[in-house]
Amino acid sequence: MGRLMQSDFSRLVRRSIGISVVAAGLSLAAIAGPAWAARDPAYAAARSDGDVAEKPDGYLLAIGGGGTIQKLVDDINIKRRAAYTDEARSQSATIEQVAFVGGCRAILRTVAGEKYVTPSGNVMTRTSAPPERDPRCL
Amino acid sequence: MNMLRLTGKPPAATIAPMENTGQAAEQSSRHAYRHFVRVAAMLVGSALTLSGCISVNAPDEPIVIELNINIKQEVVYRLDAGVQDLIKDNEDIF
Repeated sequence: MGRLMQSDFSRLVRRSIGISVVAAGLSLAAIAGPAWAARDPAYAAARSDGDVAEKPDGYLLAIGGGGTIQKLVDDINIKRRAAYTDEARSQSATIEQVAFVGGCRAILRTVAGEKYVTPSGNVMTRTSAPPERDPRCL
Repeated sequence: MNMLRLTGKPPAATIAPMENTGQAAEQSSRHAYRHFVRVAAMLVGSALTLSGCISVNAPDEPIVIELNINIKQEVVYRLDAGVQDLIKDNEDIF
């Protein structure tokens, strides 16, 4: 190792300041957590427009909107499957079982005007009445 | 009957016909013909397959076939609380 010069030292200081600023920013995002984890506007719009429907198997179905909506749905379904997989691992259940319960809950969370699919495969629009779900749902 | 002179190449006008240059030339011309036929066949074949494209129009209303999910009620009871937390932690995708 050579001599540590004045310029090296100041560069180190600047770099470490930079790193700590980035770290602070990232940890702020992590702490803020739930507030930042809202639906993104495109997804929120797709739900209210009825372009997507909640399926009993725990995933979204793309209805209208063409390729953009399909891509949005595919993206969300991939993320949901990842979440279900983690949960299945920690609960010693199958992904399908976790996803089914996810579907029960997700359909229950739909608001009036949003679409969901019944156990018999019909696409329905929510009203104020409770949604039609699989009898095994809680 | 042709007489081949060893004294150099004969003038152009007297160059013997193909039979005299041996079987090699005849074979190469046959190959050239076959090659042409093969290329032509490929072009025609590819034109036919390309023109035979089928376009499929997806129906407007999706046909939803529900897969029979094999899950017992007791499993739903066991998983329900965890899944509610899962949704709470992942509100952006639910």
